[in-house]
Amino acid sequence: MRRAQALAAKREAAAERLSRGDLPKGGAWITAARENALERLHQMGLPARRDEYWRFTRPEALIAAQAAPVPLMIDEDAPQFGELDRLKLVFVDGVLNVAQSDALAMENVEITTLEQAATQDIHWARDLFGVLESRGQAPVERPLAALNTATATQGLLIRVTGKAPRPISLTYLRADDAGDAVVHHVIRLEKGAELTLLESGPAAARLSKVIEVDVADGASFDHIRTQGRDHGRRALTHLFARIGAEASFKSFSLTVNGALTRNEYVITLEGDDSHATVSGAVAGDGNDGAFHQDDTVFITHAGERCESRQVFKKVLRNGATGVFQGKILVRQSAQKTDGYQISQALLLDEDSQFLAKPELEIYADDVACSHGATVGAIDEDALFYMVSRGVPRRQAQDMLVLAFLSEALDEIDNEAIRDDIQTRLELWVERHSA
Amino acid sequence: MLEIKDLHVKLADEDKEILKGLSLRVPSGEVHAIMGPNGSGKSTMSYVLSGKDGYEVTSGSATLDGADLLEMEPEERAAAGLFLAFQYPVEIPGVGNMTFLRTAVNSQRKLRGEEELSAAEFLKLVRTRAKSLKIDADMLKRPVNVGFSGGEKKRNEILQMAMLEPKMCILDETDSGLDVDAMKLVAEGVNALRDGKRSFLVITHYQRLLDHIKPDVVHIMADGRIIKTGGPELALEVEHNGYADLLAEVA
Ligand SMILES: Nc1ncnc2c1ncn2[C@@H]1O[C@H](COP(=O)(O)OP(=O)(O)O)[C@@H](O)[C@H]1O
Ligand SMILES: [Mg+2]
Repeated sequence: MRRAQALAAKREAAAERLSRGDLPKGGAWITAARENALERLHQMGLPARRDEYWRFTRPEALIAAQAAPVPLMIDEDAPQFGELDRLKLVFVDGVLNVAQSDALAMENVEITTLEQAATQDIHWARDLFGVLESRGQAPVERPLAALNTATATQGLLIRVTGKAPRPISLTYLRADDAGDAVVHHVIRLEKGAELTLLESGPAAARLSKVIEVDVADGASFDHIRTQGRDHGRRALTHLFARIGAEASFKSFSLTVNGALTRNEYVITLEGDDSHATVSGAVAGDGNDGAFHQDDTVFITHAGERCESRQVFKKVLRNGATGVFQGKILVRQSAQKTDGYQISQALLLDEDSQFLAKPELEIYADDVACSHGATVGAIDEDALFYMVSRGVPRRQAQDMLVLAFLSEALDEIDNEAIRDDIQTRLELWVERHSA
Repeated sequence: MLEIKDLHVKLADEDKEILKGLSLRVPSGEVHAIMGPNGSGKSTMSYVLSGKDGYEVTSGSATLDGADLLEMEPEERAAAGLFLAFQYPVEIPGVGNMTFLRTAVNSQRKLRGEEELSAAEFLKLVRTRAKSLKIDADMLKRPVNVGFSGGEKKRNEILQMAMLEPKMCILDETDSGLDVDAMKLVAEGVNALRDGKRSFLVITHYQRLLDHIKPDVVHIMADGRIIKTGGPELALEVEHNGYADLLAEVA
């Protein structure tokens, strides 16, 4: 009875939040996709505080009809990935800015905007847009991803047919204190294709982003993102991925600052002999206003002999909160699965906290899976060893903080990109050194 | 010159006195050895001199060339020329050995108002000094002490000492757990640094290290104090008879 009541309340909230009349207009295929998403949303209802999946992160600020304004930050650091040769596409307040962007063209890559594709009656993305999101709604519901599918008018549809000669970088700038950005990208890597996708920037006071990635057999997708430095910003991101056989998927995220960030990953290894890694480095300081960062990962092994890795490292101080919910589900078909998961927090004081829920659910008998979650403080013995050699305490602590995070950064294969991220992190550590 | 006068030290969060009136002088250019039963306070002395937390000095003094060590931050003591080779060198995952060495060398130079070494100068220096201690490039690249054998850790301590060029070197049981060859390497490393001005305080249980590093003076420490001071022959006496007779003398 209680549950029925709770569900009714959640559905009522969803109906209030969005109705058919609110859906953006478009061609037949996208209208159908949006209506289906709306239907899913109305069935599930909006997340509520009591939901198990939202135990460690309060959903209210992400659900509210209007985003709370957040002052623009003048970020004086060198632009992220600025030195790298890349196809640069810029969004301002969540809208693609053609003037600041390169042309939407590159060898082996087709790029269309969601806006353009939506006016057409038929498009390749029809088979993917909202489809991976919809499949990712079980066994755990993600209503806010459905809300995104139903309402997003901005995003890119990227089809990669071979090796992309340069990374594509998406930079999300802000021009306004207030406002929401709702962005939805669909990426299809055809057989044997290769793409590196870079993302950076705060996007908006509140960002809702869904990326659906389909990695066909033998293809390789590498994703590296940094989430902007604006202190008050909030973001909810979903990354849905389907991975074919002998394929590779990697995603790394750096989060520094931000009042609220939740990154959900829903990864399915469908084919045999594939690899998936999701990793993240997080540095948060509650004195910047608030800091709450949540990585929620669900990796399903269906194919045989696949390997998956989850590596998350979080440094937290002054009342910052880190959350990790990570699950490996190994289906009966997924023999010889190798699953690895580690989440570790370094708390620099007693006001900060790390909430972790690692989970394994295994139906195959021949698998190797390991997981571990740890919380620790700065190693005083290491610190003394360093200062006894003449390194000032502050600097020694900064070195230990960076050393702690380096295990996550090591998951980035490309050295130039890793150095770029490392630099951003060093600047943050220097600014927040105490 | 290192000068410790009537030093009393207790644990900071416990009413337990560990150093009970320790006095010691190591003039510059001399090598002194300290021997003494386990638990007599030898490591505590070296920690207190280098500024580790957890101890409280209740009375007495410790100076290096007249400068009050106990008033300084640990990194200032290092920059002032104090070096401790740890009995148990600490592993630091994620911090490269070479990076650490360079940071330490340049931090000390900065604290002393000297110019920092360039990457090239540093590299040249570290290569020659590492080579004589049989420390290979791989050990320099690895994280500090991580996965090092006992002997490798101790040689790494001596390499740090060679790079930092301190005035006063304290070696806390640097010979423990080393085979004969490793011990010789360590002793050679120490001897190479003897220049008539630099001082050494060598904490050891064994005569065999002192065969290689010839001490000018030997102190026996027991229950937080120096109970006897003598020449090299004192170490031989301990080697043959243990501490029992010496302890009985003072009892
Ligand atoms: N941090 C500490 N906490 C508790 N006891 C300590 C601590 N440090 C030293 N002691 C005690 O002080 C005494 C001297 O120890 P130590 O200095 O290590 O002796 P040594 O190096 O001569 O073997 C021992 O009884 C030891 O247990
Ligand atoms: Mg000892």
